[in-house]
Amino acid sequence: MKVEQIAIFLENKSGRMAEITATLAQNGINIRAMSLADTADFGILRLIVNDTDKARKVLKDSGFTVGTTQVLVAEVSDKPGGLAHVLQIIKEGNLNIEYMYAFTQKSGGTGLIIFRFDELDRAIELLAKEHIRLLSGDEVYAI
Amino acid sequence: MIYNEEYETMPRQALEALQLKRLQKQIARVYATVPYYAGKMDEAGVTPADIKTLADIQKLPFTTKEDLRKNYPFGLFTVPMEEVVRIHASSGTTGQPTVVGYTKKDIKMWAELMARSLNAAGAHAKDTIHNAYGYGLFTGGLGAHYGAEELGATVVPISGGNSKRQIMLMKDFKSTVLLCTPSYALNLAETMVDMGVDPKDLALKVGVFGAEPWSENMREEIQAKLGIKAIDIYGLSEIIGPGVAVECIEEQKGLHIMEDHFLAEIVDPDTFAPLALGEKGELVFTTLTKEAFPVIRYRTKDFSRIITTPCSCGRSFYKMEKVTGRSDDMMIIRGVNVFPSQIEHVLMSIEGVEPHYLIIVDRKGNLDTLEVQVEVSEAIFSDEIKQLENLTKRIQTEIKDLLGVSCKATLVEPKTIQRSEGKAQRVIDKRKI
Ligand SMILES: [Zn+2]
Repeated sequence: MKVEQIAIFLENKSGRMAEITATLAQNGINIRAMSLADTADFGILRLIVNDTDKARKVLKDSGFTVGTTQVLVAEVSDKPGGLAHVLQIIKEGNLNIEYMYAFTQKSGGTGLIIFRFDELDRAIELLAKEHIRLLSGDEVYAI
Repeated sequence: MIYNEEYETMPRQALEALQLKRLQKQIARVYATVPYYAGKMDEAGVTPADIKTLADIQKLPFTTKEDLRKNYPFGLFTVPMEEVVRIHASSGTTGQPTVVGYTKKDIKMWAELMARSLNAAGAHAKDTIHNAYGYGLFTGGLGAHYGAEELGATVVPISGGNSKRQIMLMKDFKSTVLLCTPSYALNLAETMVDMGVDPKDLALKVGVFGAEPWSENMREEIQAKLGIKAIDIYGLSEIIGPGVAVECIEEQKGLHIMEDHFLAEIVDPDTFAPLALGEKGELVFTTLTKEAFPVIRYRTKDFSRIITTPCSCGRSFYKMEKVTGRSDDMMIIRGVNVFPSQIEHVLMSIEGVEPHYLIIVDRKGNLDTLEVQVEVSEAIFSDEIKQLENLTKRIQTEIKDLLGVSCKATLVEPKTIQRSEGKAQRVIDKRKI
Protein backbone atom coordinates (compact mmCIF):
# COMPACT_ATOMS: atom_id res chain seq x y z
CA MET A 1 0.00 0.00 0.00
CA LYS A 2 3.02 2.21 0.26
CA VAL A 3 3.76 4.39 -2.73
CA GLU A 4 7.20 5.77 -3.56
CA GLN A 5 7.47 9.50 -3.94
CA ILE A 6 10.57 11.44 -4.90
CA ALA A 7 11.32 14.88 -3.51
CA ILE A 8 13.71 17.36 -5.06
CA PHE A 9 15.34 20.36 -3.45
CA LEU A 10 14.95 23.60 -5.38
CA GLU A 11 16.43 27.00 -4.83
CA ASN A 12 13.96 29.68 -5.70
CA LYS A 13 15.42 30.60 -9.02
CA SER A 14 13.72 30.58 -12.35
CA GLY A 15 14.03 27.74 -14.78
CA ARG A 16 14.72 24.90 -12.35
CA MET A 17 11.23 23.38 -12.60
CA ALA A 18 11.50 23.44 -16.38
CA GLU A 19 14.88 21.66 -16.16
CA ILE A 20 13.39 18.92 -14.03
CA THR A 21 10.41 18.30 -16.26
CA ALA A 22 12.62 18.38 -19.35
CA THR A 23 15.06 15.91 -17.82
CA LEU A 24 12.23 13.54 -16.98
CA ALA A 25 10.65 13.90 -20.41
CA GLN A 26 13.94 13.21 -22.20
CA ASN A 27 14.21 9.99 -20.26
CA GLY A 28 10.65 8.90 -21.00
CA ILE A 29 9.45 9.29 -17.45
CA ASN A 30 5.83 10.25 -16.84
CA ILE A 31 4.74 12.36 -13.91
CA ARG A 32 1.68 10.93 -12.17
CA ALA A 33 1.26 13.55 -9.49
CA MET A 34 3.16 16.58 -8.30
CA SER A 35 3.13 19.21 -5.63
CA LEU A 36 5.45 22.11 -4.90
CA ALA A 37 5.93 23.33 -1.37
CA ASP A 38 7.93 26.48 -1.00
CA THR A 39 9.19 29.05 1.43
CA ALA A 40 10.73 32.44 0.76
CA ASP A 41 14.12 30.80 0.20
CA PHE A 42 13.64 27.35 -1.21
CA GLY A 43 11.14 24.82 -2.46
CA ILE A 44 10.58 21.10 -2.35
CA LEU A 45 9.10 19.48 -5.41
CA ARG A 46 7.35 16.18 -4.72
CA LEU A 47 6.63 13.84 -7.56
CA ILE A 48 5.10 10.47 -8.13
CA VAL A 49 6.35 9.06 -11.40
CA ASN A 50 6.02 5.83 -13.32
CA ASP A 51 9.67 4.86 -12.73
CA THR A 52 10.97 6.10 -9.39
CA ASP A 53 14.46 4.56 -9.57
CA LYS A 54 15.17 5.89 -13.02
CA ALA A 55 13.79 9.35 -12.20
CA ARG A 56 15.95 9.49 -9.12
CA LYS A 57 19.02 8.52 -11.06
CA VAL A 58 18.59 10.95 -13.96
CA LEU A 59 17.81 13.85 -11.63
CA LYS A 60 20.81 13.07 -9.44
CA ASP A 61 23.00 12.91 -12.53
CA SER A 62 21.69 16.35 -13.45
CA GLY A 63 22.96 17.63 -10.13
CA PHE A 64 19.78 17.75 -8.05
CA THR A 65 19.44 16.61 -4.47
CA VAL A 66 16.80 13.91 -4.57
CA GLY A 67 15.18 12.00 -1.73
CA THR A 68 12.68 9.16 -1.68
CA THR A 69 9.81 8.83 0.76
CA GLN A 70 6.83 6.59 1.11
CA VAL A 71 3.35 8.04 0.98
CA LEU A 72 -0.19 6.67 0.93
CA VAL A 73 -2.62 7.30 -1.89
CA ALA A 74 -6.22 7.13 -0.72
CA GLU A 75 -9.29 7.04 -2.88
CA VAL A 76 -12.04 9.41 -1.84
CA SER A 77 -15.41 9.72 -3.41
CA ASP A 78 -15.62 12.71 -5.70
CA LYS A 79 -18.64 14.08 -3.87
CA PRO A 80 -19.04 16.83 -1.27
CA GLY A 81 -17.88 15.47 2.06
CA GLY A 82 -15.68 12.76 0.56
CA LEU A 83 -12.42 14.26 1.79
CA ALA A 84 -13.96 15.46 5.03
CA HIS A 85 -14.85 11.88 5.88
CA VAL A 86 -11.26 10.68 5.48
CA LEU A 87 -9.85 13.60 7.44
CA GLN A 88 -12.27 12.90 10.26
CA ILE A 89 -11.03 9.32 10.50
CA ILE A 90 -7.43 10.53 10.60
CA LYS A 91 -8.23 13.07 13.28
CA GLU A 92 -10.04 10.53 15.45
CA GLY A 93 -7.14 8.15 15.04
CA ASN A 94 -4.76 10.85 16.30
CA LEU A 95 -2.62 10.57 13.20
CA ASN A 96 -0.46 13.48 12.23
CA ILE A 97 -0.44 14.47 8.54
CA GLU A 98 2.92 15.90 7.53
CA TYR A 99 1.44 17.11 4.26
CA MET A 100 -1.10 16.10 1.66
CA TYR A 101 -2.00 16.91 -1.91
CA ALA A 102 -4.64 15.80 -4.34
CA PHE A 103 -4.93 14.69 -7.90
CA THR A 104 -7.89 13.53 -9.89
CA GLN A 105 -8.06 10.57 -12.18
CA LYS A 106 -8.84 11.01 -15.81
CA SER A 107 -11.98 8.95 -15.46
CA GLY A 108 -14.16 7.59 -12.73
CA GLY A 109 -15.93 9.28 -9.90
CA THR A 110 -13.13 9.23 -7.38
CA GLY A 111 -10.41 11.64 -6.34
CA LEU A 112 -7.00 10.59 -5.09
CA ILE A 113 -5.35 12.15 -2.07
CA ILE A 114 -1.68 11.67 -1.30
CA PHE A 115 -0.82 11.63 2.39
CA ARG A 116 2.55 11.79 4.08
CA PHE A 117 2.38 10.36 7.60
CA ASP A 118 5.15 9.79 10.09
CA GLU A 119 3.36 6.72 11.39
CA LEU A 120 2.90 5.03 8.08
CA ASP A 121 1.98 1.55 9.26
CA ARG A 122 -0.53 2.76 11.81
CA ALA A 123 -2.12 4.95 9.12
CA ILE A 124 -2.48 1.96 6.79
CA GLU A 125 -4.07 -0.07 9.54
CA LEU A 126 -6.47 2.68 10.56
CA LEU A 127 -7.61 3.58 7.06
CA ALA A 128 -8.08 -0.07 6.10
CA LYS A 129 -10.21 -0.64 9.17
CA GLU A 130 -12.44 2.25 8.09
CA HIS A 131 -12.69 0.82 4.56
CA ILE A 132 -10.80 3.63 2.87
CA ARG A 133 -9.23 2.17 -0.24
CA LEU A 134 -5.51 2.69 -0.55
CA LEU A 135 -3.97 2.28 -3.96
CA SER A 136 -0.94 0.07 -4.42
CA GLY A 137 2.22 1.50 -5.91
CA ASP A 138 1.70 -0.40 -9.15
CA GLU A 139 -1.78 1.01 -9.53
CA VAL A 140 -0.55 4.56 -9.03
CA TYR A 141 2.52 4.29 -11.27
CA ALA A 142 0.28 2.91 -14.05
CA ILE A 143 -2.39 5.60 -13.90
CA MET B 1 60.36 9.25 12.11
CA ILE B 2 62.83 12.04 12.61
CA TYR B 3 64.73 13.27 9.60
CA ASN B 4 67.44 15.21 11.39
CA GLU B 5 67.70 13.68 14.82
CA GLU B 6 70.61 15.87 15.90
CA TYR B 7 68.69 19.10 15.55
CA GLU B 8 65.07 18.01 15.95
CA THR B 9 65.69 16.35 19.32
CA MET B 10 68.37 18.73 20.60
CA PRO B 11 68.02 19.39 24.34
CA ARG B 12 66.32 22.74 24.95
CA GLN B 13 69.35 24.36 26.56
CA ALA B 14 71.63 23.53 23.66
CA LEU B 15 68.91 24.52 21.19
CA GLU B 16 68.45 27.91 22.81
CA ALA B 17 72.20 28.47 22.87
CA LEU B 18 72.28 27.66 19.16
CA GLN B 19 69.36 30.01 18.52
CA LEU B 20 71.14 32.86 20.31
CA LYS B 21 74.38 32.31 18.43
CA ARG B 22 72.53 32.27 15.11
CA LEU B 23 70.38 35.25 16.04
CA GLN B 24 73.38 37.40 16.92
CA LYS B 25 75.09 36.49 13.66
CA GLN B 26 71.92 37.14 11.67
CA ILE B 27 71.22 40.54 13.22
CA ALA B 28 74.80 41.67 12.68
CA ARG B 29 74.65 40.60 9.03
CA VAL B 30 71.27 42.23 8.38
CA TYR B 31 72.41 45.45 10.06
CA ALA B 32 75.48 45.54 7.89
CA THR B 33 73.82 44.71 4.58
CA VAL B 34 70.26 46.10 4.55
CA PRO B 35 70.09 49.89 4.98
CA TYR B 36 66.34 49.74 5.61
CA TYR B 37 66.72 47.39 8.60
CA ALA B 38 69.73 49.32 9.86
CA GLY B 39 67.71 52.54 9.67
CA LYS B 40 64.84 51.03 11.66
CA MET B 41 67.25 49.72 14.29
CA ASP B 42 68.98 53.07 14.58
CA GLU B 43 65.61 54.71 14.99
CA ALA B 44 64.77 52.27 17.80
CA GLY B 45 68.18 52.96 19.36
CA VAL B 46 69.36 49.37 19.21
CA THR B 47 72.57 47.91 17.79
CA PRO B 48 73.52 44.28 17.07
CA ALA B 49 75.67 44.36 20.21
CA ASP B 50 72.54 44.80 22.33
CA ILE B 51 71.40 41.25 21.53
CA LYS B 52 72.87 39.39 24.47
CA THR B 53 70.02 36.97 25.24
CA LEU B 54 67.13 35.55 23.24
CA ALA B 55 64.77 37.87 25.12
CA ASP B 56 66.73 40.84 23.77
CA ILE B 57 64.98 40.24 20.46
CA GLN B 58 62.13 42.24 21.98
CA LYS B 59 64.26 45.36 21.61
CA LEU B 60 64.16 45.03 17.83
CA PRO B 61 61.48 46.68 15.70
CA PHE B 62 58.82 44.54 13.99
CA THR B 63 58.69 43.92 10.26
CA THR B 64 55.31 43.97 8.52
CA LYS B 65 54.00 43.27 5.07
CA GLU B 66 53.98 47.04 4.60
CA ASP B 67 57.80 47.11 5.05
CA LEU B 68 58.08 44.41 2.40
CA ARG B 69 55.92 46.36 -0.03
CA LYS B 70 57.88 49.55 0.54
CA ASN B 71 61.01 47.71 -0.50
CA TYR B 72 59.49 46.10 -3.58
CA PRO B 73 60.98 44.21 -5.26
CA PHE B 74 64.49 43.47 -3.92
CA GLY B 75 65.15 46.19 -1.31
CA LEU B 76 65.42 43.80 1.64
CA PHE B 77 67.74 41.28 -0.01
CA THR B 78 71.08 40.95 1.78
CA VAL B 79 73.05 39.48 -1.11
CA PRO B 80 73.79 40.62 -4.68
CA MET B 81 71.39 39.21 -7.27
CA GLU B 82 74.01 36.85 -8.68
CA GLU B 83 73.78 34.90 -5.45
CA VAL B 84 69.98 34.73 -5.61
CA VAL B 85 68.90 31.52 -7.33
CA ARG B 86 65.12 31.73 -6.92
CA ILE B 87 62.35 34.30 -6.52
CA HIS B 88 58.89 33.65 -5.15
CA ALA B 89 56.09 36.17 -4.71
CA SER B 90 52.73 36.37 -3.00
CA SER B 91 49.63 36.77 -5.11
CA GLY B 92 49.23 40.36 -4.01
CA THR B 93 45.45 40.53 -4.09
CA THR B 94 45.67 43.75 -2.14
CA GLY B 95 48.32 46.02 -3.57
CA GLN B 96 51.83 45.07 -4.57
CA PRO B 97 52.99 41.47 -4.35
CA THR B 98 55.61 40.68 -1.73
CA VAL B 99 58.77 39.28 -3.25
CA VAL B 100 61.18 36.90 -1.55
CA GLY B 101 64.53 35.51 -2.68
CA TYR B 102 66.66 32.47 -1.93
CA THR B 103 70.35 31.65 -2.22
CA LYS B 104 71.51 28.11 -3.06
CA LYS B 105 72.00 27.50 0.64
CA ASP B 106 68.49 28.82 1.43
CA ILE B 107 66.96 26.40 -1.07
CA LYS B 108 68.94 23.54 0.43
CA MET B 109 67.86 24.46 3.95
CA TRP B 110 64.21 24.81 2.88
CA ALA B 111 64.34 21.43 1.17
CA GLU B 112 65.60 19.90 4.39
CA LEU B 113 62.82 21.53 6.41
CA MET B 114 60.23 20.18 3.97
CA ALA B 115 61.86 16.74 4.09
CA ARG B 116 61.71 16.88 7.90
CA SER B 117 58.04 17.90 7.64
CA LEU B 118 57.10 15.09 5.29
CA ASN B 119 59.01 12.65 7.47
CA ALA B 120 57.16 13.93 10.56
CA ALA B 121 53.92 13.27 8.67
CA GLY B 122 54.99 9.66 8.18
CA ALA B 123 56.37 9.86 4.63
CA HIS B 124 59.58 8.01 3.65
CA ALA B 125 61.88 7.61 0.71
CA LYS B 126 59.76 4.74 -0.60
CA ASP B 127 56.60 6.86 -0.84
CA THR B 128 55.07 8.30 -3.97
CA ILE B 129 54.10 11.88 -3.25
CA HIS B 130 51.31 13.50 -5.23
CA ASN B 131 52.08 17.20 -5.05
CA ALA B 132 48.94 19.17 -5.95
CA TYR B 133 50.16 22.46 -4.51
CA GLY B 134 50.36 25.07 -7.24
CA TYR B 135 53.74 25.36 -8.96
CA GLY B 136 54.90 28.84 -9.79
CA LEU B 137 55.47 32.02 -7.85
CA PHE B 138 53.51 30.49 -4.94
CA THR B 139 55.93 28.72 -2.59
CA GLY B 140 53.71 25.65 -2.06
CA GLY B 141 54.46 23.65 -5.19
CA LEU B 142 58.22 24.00 -5.51
CA GLY B 143 58.78 24.07 -1.75
CA ALA B 144 57.06 20.73 -1.27
CA HIS B 145 58.68 19.36 -4.44
CA TYR B 146 62.27 19.96 -3.32
CA GLY B 147 61.47 18.56 0.12
CA ALA B 148 59.98 15.39 -1.31
CA GLU B 149 63.06 14.89 -3.52
CA GLU B 150 65.36 15.59 -0.59
CA LEU B 151 63.51 12.88 1.30
CA GLY B 152 64.19 10.57 -1.63
CA ALA B 153 60.53 9.95 -2.37
CA THR B 154 59.02 9.79 -5.85
CA VAL B 155 57.36 13.12 -6.63
CA VAL B 156 54.42 13.54 -8.97
CA PRO B 157 54.54 17.27 -9.78
CA ILE B 158 50.88 17.52 -10.77
CA SER B 159 50.22 21.07 -9.50
CA GLY B 160 46.58 22.19 -9.14
CA GLY B 161 43.51 21.64 -11.30
CA ASN B 162 41.89 18.91 -13.39
CA SER B 163 40.70 16.83 -10.46
CA LYS B 164 39.59 13.81 -12.46
CA ARG B 165 43.01 13.39 -14.00
CA GLN B 166 44.59 13.84 -10.57
CA ILE B 167 42.51 11.01 -9.19
CA MET B 168 43.24 8.75 -12.14
CA LEU B 169 46.98 9.33 -11.75
CA MET B 170 46.93 8.87 -7.97
CA LYS B 171 45.24 5.55 -8.57
CA ASP B 172 47.53 4.42 -11.39
CA PHE B 173 50.75 5.57 -9.71
CA LYS B 174 49.64 4.18 -6.32
CA SER B 175 50.50 7.51 -4.70
CA THR B 176 50.72 7.21 -0.94
CA VAL B 177 51.00 10.85 0.13
CA LEU B 178 48.81 13.76 -0.97
CA LEU B 179 49.98 17.36 -0.73
CA CYS B 180 47.47 20.17 -1.33
CA THR B 181 45.28 22.68 0.44
CA PRO B 182 42.66 21.18 2.77
CA SER B 183 39.85 22.61 0.67
CA TYR B 184 41.26 20.99 -2.45
CA ALA B 185 41.50 17.66 -0.60
CA LEU B 186 37.73 17.86 -0.04
CA ASN B 187 37.21 18.78 -3.66
CA LEU B 188 39.15 15.64 -4.65
CA ALA B 189 37.10 13.51 -2.23
CA GLU B 190 33.90 14.78 -3.80
CA THR B 191 35.17 14.23 -7.32
CA MET B 192 36.01 10.63 -6.38
CA VAL B 193 32.41 10.08 -5.37
CA ASP B 194 31.22 11.53 -8.68
CA MET B 195 33.60 9.28 -10.60
CA GLY B 196 32.56 6.24 -8.61
CA VAL B 197 36.11 5.84 -7.26
CA ASP B 198 36.30 4.42 -3.76
CA PRO B 199 39.14 6.09 -1.81
CA LYS B 200 40.01 2.56 -0.66
CA ASP B 201 41.04 1.79 -4.24
CA LEU B 202 43.82 4.34 -3.83
CA ALA B 203 47.01 3.73 -1.91
CA LEU B 204 46.87 7.06 -0.06
CA LYS B 205 47.75 6.89 3.62
CA VAL B 206 48.45 10.47 4.59
CA GLY B 207 47.88 14.01 3.41
CA VAL B 208 49.93 17.07 4.33
CA PHE B 209 47.66 20.07 4.06
CA GLY B 210 48.39 23.75 4.44
CA ALA B 211 48.35 27.24 2.92
CA GLU B 212 44.97 28.08 4.48
CA PRO B 213 43.52 27.88 7.99
CA TRP B 214 41.31 24.84 8.63
CA SER B 215 39.37 23.59 11.62
CA GLU B 216 39.62 20.34 13.59
CA ASN B 217 36.20 19.33 12.26
CA MET B 218 37.49 19.84 8.75
CA ARG B 219 40.34 17.47 9.59
CA GLU B 220 37.88 14.80 10.71
CA GLU B 221 35.87 15.28 7.55
CA ILE B 222 38.94 14.85 5.32
CA GLN B 223 40.19 11.86 7.29
CA ALA B 224 36.79 10.15 7.07
CA LYS B 225 36.19 10.93 3.41
CA LEU B 226 39.64 10.00 2.11
CA GLY B 227 40.48 7.36 4.71
CA ILE B 228 43.84 8.95 5.47
CA LYS B 229 45.58 10.84 8.25
CA ALA B 230 45.43 14.59 7.68
CA ILE B 231 48.52 16.50 8.83
CA ASP B 232 48.71 20.27 9.13
CA ILE B 233 51.75 22.07 7.79
CA TYR B 234 52.47 25.75 8.31
CA GLY B 235 54.53 28.26 6.47
CA LEU B 236 54.42 31.54 4.69
CA SER B 237 56.52 32.83 1.86
CA GLU B 238 57.86 35.75 3.89
CA ILE B 239 59.47 33.29 6.31
CA ILE B 240 60.45 30.66 3.74
CA GLY B 241 57.30 28.89 2.50
CA PRO B 242 55.85 25.59 3.75
CA GLY B 243 57.96 23.82 6.36
CA VAL B 244 58.13 26.46 9.08
CA ALA B 245 56.15 24.14 11.37
CA VAL B 246 54.45 20.78 11.00
CA GLU B 247 52.38 18.34 13.01
CA CYS B 248 53.88 14.97 13.86
CA ILE B 249 51.78 11.96 12.95
CA GLU B 250 52.23 10.61 16.48
CA GLU B 251 50.07 13.31 18.05
CA GLN B 252 48.51 15.47 15.29
CA LYS B 253 48.21 18.06 17.98
CA GLY B 254 50.24 21.22 17.58
CA LEU B 255 52.86 21.92 14.92
CA HIS B 256 56.55 21.56 15.79
CA ILE B 257 58.31 24.79 14.90
CA MET B 258 61.68 24.34 13.17
CA GLU B 259 63.30 26.25 15.98
CA ASP B 260 66.88 25.77 14.85
CA HIS B 261 66.04 28.02 11.89
CA PHE B 262 63.20 30.22 13.15
CA LEU B 263 62.60 32.04 16.39
CA ALA B 264 58.92 32.31 17.26
CA GLU B 265 57.27 34.86 19.51
CA ILE B 266 53.66 35.54 20.39
CA VAL B 267 52.60 39.17 20.77
CA ASP B 268 49.41 40.94 21.71
CA PRO B 269 47.69 41.64 18.38
CA ASP B 270 46.66 45.14 19.46
CA THR B 271 49.52 46.44 21.59
CA PHE B 272 52.25 44.17 20.12
CA ALA B 273 53.56 43.61 23.63
CA PRO B 274 55.26 40.20 24.01
CA LEU B 275 53.03 37.58 25.61
CA ALA B 276 54.11 34.81 27.96
CA LEU B 277 54.65 31.28 26.64
CA GLY B 278 51.27 29.60 26.26
CA GLU B 279 49.23 32.75 25.78
CA LYS B 280 47.33 33.23 22.57
CA GLY B 281 48.19 36.06 20.22
CA GLU B 282 49.80 36.95 16.93
CA LEU B 283 52.69 34.81 15.73
CA VAL B 284 55.93 36.63 15.03
CA PHE B 285 58.92 34.98 13.36
CA THR B 286 62.58 35.83 12.99
CA THR B 287 64.63 33.79 10.54
CA LEU B 288 67.92 32.66 12.08
CA THR B 289 69.80 31.23 9.13
CA LYS B 290 68.27 32.59 5.96
CA GLU B 291 70.70 34.33 3.64
CA ALA B 292 69.00 36.15 0.77
CA PHE B 293 65.87 37.33 2.50
CA PRO B 294 66.00 37.22 6.28
CA VAL B 295 63.16 38.77 8.24
CA ILE B 296 63.33 40.17 11.74
CA ARG B 297 60.26 39.88 13.97
CA TYR B 298 57.90 39.47 11.05
CA ARG B 299 54.26 39.86 12.09
CA THR B 300 52.38 37.01 10.43
CA LYS B 301 48.82 38.09 11.31
CA ASP B 302 48.20 34.44 12.23
CA PHE B 303 46.80 33.68 15.67
CA SER B 304 48.24 30.86 17.71
CA ARG B 305 49.91 29.97 20.98
CA ILE B 306 53.12 28.15 21.87
CA ILE B 307 52.79 24.71 23.43
CA THR B 308 55.77 23.71 25.56
CA THR B 309 54.53 20.30 26.73
CA PRO B 310 56.96 17.56 25.67
CA CYS B 311 55.73 15.56 22.67
CA SER B 312 55.62 11.78 22.48
CA CYS B 313 57.38 11.87 19.09
CA GLY B 314 60.63 12.86 20.79
CA ARG B 315 61.15 16.22 19.11
CA SER B 316 62.33 18.93 21.46
CA PHE B 317 60.94 21.72 19.27
CA TYR B 318 58.08 23.61 20.86
CA LYS B 319 54.78 23.41 19.06
CA MET B 320 52.42 26.10 17.87
CA GLU B 321 48.71 25.51 18.14
CA LYS B 322 46.95 24.92 14.83
CA VAL B 323 46.24 28.30 13.27
CA THR B 324 42.52 28.64 12.86
CA GLY B 325 42.37 32.26 11.90
CA ARG B 326 44.34 35.05 10.31
CA SER B 327 43.67 38.64 11.20
CA ASP B 328 43.43 39.20 7.43
CA ASP B 329 40.45 36.81 7.30
CA MET B 330 38.79 38.34 10.31
CA MET B 331 35.44 39.94 9.63
CA ILE B 332 34.03 42.54 11.93
CA ILE B 333 30.30 42.04 11.94
CA ARG B 334 28.28 44.43 14.06
CA GLY B 335 31.41 45.04 16.12
CA VAL B 336 32.10 41.36 16.73
CA ASN B 337 35.25 39.67 15.44
CA VAL B 338 34.33 36.64 13.36
CA PHE B 339 36.65 34.15 11.67
CA PRO B 340 35.44 31.96 8.80
CA SER B 341 36.95 28.99 10.61
CA GLN B 342 34.54 29.50 13.54
CA ILE B 343 31.60 29.25 11.19
CA GLU B 344 33.19 26.23 9.55
CA HIS B 345 33.53 24.64 12.96
CA VAL B 346 29.80 25.03 13.62
CA LEU B 347 28.80 23.71 10.21
CA MET B 348 31.08 20.70 10.37
CA SER B 349 29.71 19.76 13.78
CA ILE B 350 26.25 19.23 12.29
CA GLU B 351 25.75 15.73 10.94
CA GLY B 352 25.43 15.60 7.17
CA VAL B 353 26.39 19.20 6.46
CA GLU B 354 28.86 19.28 3.58
CA PRO B 355 32.14 21.15 3.95
CA HIS B 356 31.23 23.49 1.14
CA TYR B 357 29.95 26.80 2.38
CA LEU B 358 30.01 30.44 1.52
CA ILE B 359 29.83 33.38 3.88
CA ILE B 360 28.27 36.54 2.53
CA VAL B 361 28.66 39.75 4.47
CA ASP B 362 26.71 42.79 3.43
CA ARG B 363 25.35 45.99 4.86
CA LYS B 364 21.69 46.88 4.83
CA GLY B 365 21.20 50.45 5.97
CA ASN B 366 23.63 50.75 8.85
CA LEU B 367 23.46 47.11 9.83
CA ASP B 368 25.93 44.43 8.84
CA THR B 369 24.31 41.23 7.64
CA LEU B 370 25.81 37.76 7.73
CA GLU B 371 24.54 35.01 5.50
CA VAL B 372 25.87 31.48 5.46
CA GLN B 373 25.09 29.38 2.41
CA VAL B 374 25.13 25.63 2.84
CA GLU B 375 24.61 23.03 0.16
CA VAL B 376 21.75 20.58 0.62
CA SER B 377 23.22 17.10 0.44
CA GLU B 378 21.09 13.98 0.46
CA ALA B 379 22.11 13.44 4.05
CA ILE B 380 20.36 16.58 5.24
CA PHE B 381 17.59 16.79 2.66
CA SER B 382 14.02 16.09 3.69
CA ASP B 383 10.75 16.14 1.80
CA GLU B 384 9.32 18.15 4.68
CA ILE B 385 9.72 21.94 4.78
CA LYS B 386 9.66 21.81 8.58
CA GLN B 387 12.76 19.62 8.74
CA LEU B 388 14.79 21.86 6.46
CA GLU B 389 13.67 24.92 8.37
CA ASN B 390 14.72 23.23 11.60
CA LEU B 391 18.14 22.72 10.09
CA THR B 392 18.58 26.35 9.10
CA LYS B 393 17.33 27.41 12.53
CA ARG B 394 19.82 25.09 14.19
CA ILE B 395 22.71 26.54 12.17
CA GLN B 396 21.56 30.06 13.02
CA THR B 397 21.23 29.28 16.71
CA GLU B 398 24.61 27.56 16.97
CA ILE B 399 26.39 30.38 15.19
CA LYS B 400 24.64 32.91 17.39
CA ASP B 401 25.59 30.92 20.50
CA LEU B 402 29.23 30.68 19.50
CA LEU B 403 29.81 34.10 17.98
CA GLY B 404 27.06 36.24 19.43
CA VAL B 405 26.08 37.35 15.94
CA SER B 406 22.79 36.63 14.23
CA CYS B 407 23.02 35.16 10.80
CA LYS B 408 20.78 33.84 8.11
CA ALA B 409 21.44 30.30 6.96
CA THR B 410 20.43 29.65 3.38
CA LEU B 411 20.17 26.26 1.75
CA VAL B 412 21.43 26.05 -1.80
CA GLU B 413 21.44 23.31 -4.41
CA PRO B 414 24.36 20.86 -4.48
CA LYS B 415 27.59 21.88 -6.19
CA THR B 416 26.50 25.47 -6.64
CA ILE B 417 29.23 26.75 -4.33
CA GLN B 418 32.49 27.08 -6.19
CA ARG B 419 35.03 24.33 -5.53
CA SER B 420 38.58 25.21 -4.62
CA GLU B 421 41.63 24.25 -6.61
CA GLY B 422 43.95 26.05 -4.25
CA LYS B 423 43.02 28.39 -1.48
CA ALA B 424 39.27 28.34 -1.00
CA GLN B 425 37.22 31.50 -1.33
CA ARG B 426 34.98 31.26 1.72
CA VAL B 427 33.88 34.84 2.15
CA ILE B 428 32.28 37.44 -0.06
CA ASP B 429 32.30 40.77 1.71
CA LYS B 430 30.01 43.01 -0.27
CA ARG B 431 30.73 45.89 2.06
CA LYS B 432 34.17 46.17 0.48
CA ILE B 433 33.01 45.98 -3.11
ZN1 LIG C 1 55.55 15.58 18.09
